[in-house]
Amino acid sequence: MARLIRTEKEVEGHYTEQWIVVDEDALDQWPAGPLQTVGKPAPRVDGRERARGEATYTADIQLPGMLHAAVLRSPHARARVRSLSLSSVLAAPGVRAVLEPGDSHVLTDEPGYHGAAVAAVAADTFAQARAALAQAAVEWEVLEPLLDPDQAVEKGSLVSEPNVSERGATERGVSEAEAVVEAEYRTQTVLHNSLETHQAVCVWESGRLDVYISTQFLWGVRATVAEQLELPPDKVRVVCNFMGGGFGSKNGPGEYTFIAAELARRTGRPVRCALTRREENLATGNRNSTIQRLTAGARSDGTLTVLKGDYVNSVGFEGWSPSTGGPMELLYACENVRVAEHGAKLNTPPNAAFRAPGFVEGTFGLECLMDELAARLDLDPLELRMRNYADSDLVDGRPFSSKNLLECYRRAQPHWARREEVRARSQGPWKHGMGLASQVWYGGGGPPSYAWVRVGSDGRVQVVTAMQDIGTGSRTAMAQIAAEELGLSLDRIEVSLGDTSRGPFASISAGSSTIPSMGPAVRSAAADAARQIVEIAAQRYHLEERVLSLRNGHIVSADGGSWPIEEITELLGEGQILGKGARGPNPTGMRTLTFGVQLAEVAVDIETGEVLVDRIVAIHDVGRVINPLGASSQVEGGIIQGIGHTLSEDRLLDPGTGTVLTQTLDAYKLPTIADVPEIVAEFVDRPDEHLTNLGSKGLGEPPIIPTSAAIANAIRDATGANVRSLPITREEMLRALRAAREREGLERTAETVGEVRSA
Amino acid sequence: MAFDELRVNGGSYPLAAAVGRTLAETLREDLGLTGTKVACGEGHCGACTVLLDGVPTLSCITLVHTVGNRDVTTIEGLREHPLVASFVRADALQCGFCTPGQIVSAAALVAAIPSPTREEVRHAMSGNLCRCGAYPKIEEAVVTWQD
Ligand code: FES
Ligand code: FES
Repeated sequence: MARLIRTEKEVEGHYTEQWIVVDEDALDQWPAGPLQTVGKPAPRVDGRERARGEATYTADIQLPGMLHAAVLRSPHARARVRSLSLSSVLAAPGVRAVLEPGDSHVLTDEPGYHGAAVAAVAADTFAQARAALAQAAVEWEVLEPLLDPDQAVEKGSLVSEPNVSERGATERGVSEAEAVVEAEYRTQTVLHNSLETHQAVCVWESGRLDVYISTQFLWGVRATVAEQLELPPDKVRVVCNFMGGGFGSKNGPGEYTFIAAELARRTGRPVRCALTRREENLATGNRNSTIQRLTAGARSDGTLTVLKGDYVNSVGFEGWSPSTGGPMELLYACENVRVAEHGAKLNTPPNAAFRAPGFVEGTFGLECLMDELAARLDLDPLELRMRNYADSDLVDGRPFSSKNLLECYRRAQPHWARREEVRARSQGPWKHGMGLASQVWYGGGGPPSYAWVRVGSDGRVQVVTAMQDIGTGSRTAMAQIAAEELGLSLDRIEVSLGDTSRGPFASISAGSSTIPSMGPAVRSAAADAARQIVEIAAQRYHLEERVLSLRNGHIVSADGGSWPIEEITELLGEGQILGKGARGPNPTGMRTLTFGVQLAEVAVDIETGEVLVDRIVAIHDVGRVINPLGASSQVEGGIIQGIGHTLSEDRLLDPGTGTVLTQTLDAYKLPTIADVPEIVAEFVDRPDEHLTNLGSKGLGEPPIIPTSAAIANAIRDATGANVRSLPITREEMLRALRAAREREGLERTAETVGEVRSA
Repeated sequence: MAFDELRVNGGSYPLAAAVGRTLAETLREDLGLTGTKVACGEGHCGACTVLLDGVPTLSCITLVHTVGNRDVTTIEGLREHPLVASFVRADALQCGFCTPGQIVSAAALVAAIPSPTREEVRHAMSGNLCRCGAYPKIEEAVVTWQD
């Protein structure tokens, strides 16, 4: 029966209340632990296709008569177009159409950042389109850019009202503290650099628009494009079968889709608008840089009395101010907490969600601060965290639907016990040490999301839903879930996704939500199909439905009968069994979060400032794990991105002009295979008993969150130096070492003075 | 000497590309061999790696008219290579966009050194970027390719 319910939906930490209609038979969760297929390692069902180069990505779509677009972008951080003439562009070889500001809402004559789209051209080849653009005659009035985030906050140049939240009384918290640490942390701007650049191919056909796009949210693209172009949503079809990475930057249609759609409309031909790597690094978003001015106070036993955070997010010309203070509000049982977040509007490229936006940056600050506090109190960092363990969500007093962070800490202990041994490896200028950091994040997913399951007479099954697999292995997880419910082997399940005209609505693949949103819908659709198979079997074998179930490709009865499932499906002939399922609501009045802890072992050369990461252990609590193999890949991938964030990646601006200096992959330093340490991934793997028919949460984001703090804390353990700014380049490392030496010198002087006095 | 043919994966194709066209463009757009990916187009990422007479080469910065009579091997020519199975088995791919380039580079490595050490893998494969961070499993896939 369809039920109308009011529920909360969360994506990347944003909560919205909404009505939803769910049509779901509540299913009991499966028992914990590995089952037949779910919980067992499964290689990707589409791995072969991808590895053999057969998978068609958006970049590989070639349509007859397809034109190629190129985009004229602002070379200035802030400017006005005084005059623009595209007549020579239009006359250039191969050119079919041009667009200028006014022709599309995504083109501007007052660019507010380097890379803002100003004009576009479509030509027979991409080379012709690019060559033609060089003919554009533009006269710029270059204006003074606003680049300093503190200055922006002072002037009130903000993307939104400051977000201030406080619980308890922080002033009292400070006065009750026996030790207070204050520190300023900074994180840099980081670029997503998915290997497939942002791109779309648009085709109009009798008033209908087909959009082939590299995206994390088919239905979001459909809704936004339809709204902008004033089309009924069903006139827009969005396709993305294989996708070459997004990490948060591909949640919406982007300017390239609108440019391709308008050029396609004007020329009556398919148009591809694909960004080059350099455009990718200008105009597709970034993890914004932050300044974090933090305070922590505690009693001498380590009990936190106060946490305060003043955050400045350098959002850029557009974008939104992520919840950098979120970890400070959620991670510890501290009564007095005040968080203020400012989103500075600057003449820099807009930010975009990037794998746990806000929380990656905020966790670096918070978890380094906690270790500085531990050092001040002479407490073990793990002990300090356990002492301030939060049993419920102190933001609004809700219980957690599940939380096994203590279990993560418990499993961390044997690794943490290696600390002495790791330190003892220090030799000459190389100092070794170990650090840890915790993580909290969302990842509970939510409705609406739907799936269909189709069973044919050959006993093979197709799961149909218009979701996307952005490389996380969600296609495989869905196949496992359907296989489990239907008692079939994985090779009998096909998953059809990636096309809004082919399957029902599916959730965004962002906010670690694909498995917790889609998995329950797929299970419920498979259960619906299984129920129908059982109904037919009961009639065929003259048995009661309640004694029948599906197992190992058979219909089995309680009294020991067993029939291959094909015996029943064969009866269908050309008919099919159609199961449908929906994602049920989230538990009301509860907070669903993911938790984890990571430990890093590092080596620091105190003469050169070189930092090497030797080993990272990750222990996460994300509810039931569907595919331990894919899950370990997610953990490794998140950690490796985190290592890049910590040690090498840095989007640099020319401080005078605000233009982006690091547009290429030789200038912007991504981690390579040679930079990867030993990584150990462990999961608590306990289903969240309150969350859906699966008890699974998402895992895409958690592993990147504590990585930088764990490394920085390991550096402190090795050297005594407080690194407070990312990336930890040799320069930053040497600065921190110098500061540590000076501090030590002062302390020693103070001690000597003290001794003299007391003598 | 002018060559009017391109030898790819054991076949031979008439070469009708404009001067200045890259090998990657020719393979992908003219021959429809889209297994070779282009992720940067300027020689910085390795996604477009193909073999020229067995030598890993970045096809995005190789002009097609400079290939001459060398044999071009793309991922389409390596589809039955045991590395494909070992990549899948080890889960050495996530989004898969870098994967054809990784496998082509690895194929050259294991042709030269059939049992590479982890160090040799890390050295030989460091020009192939993977933003998803499938590296630990790529390493695993290459050292276990013969299993
Ligand atoms: S596409 Fe050729 S090296 Fe990046
Ligand atoms: S698997 Fe996505 S870039 Fe390597």
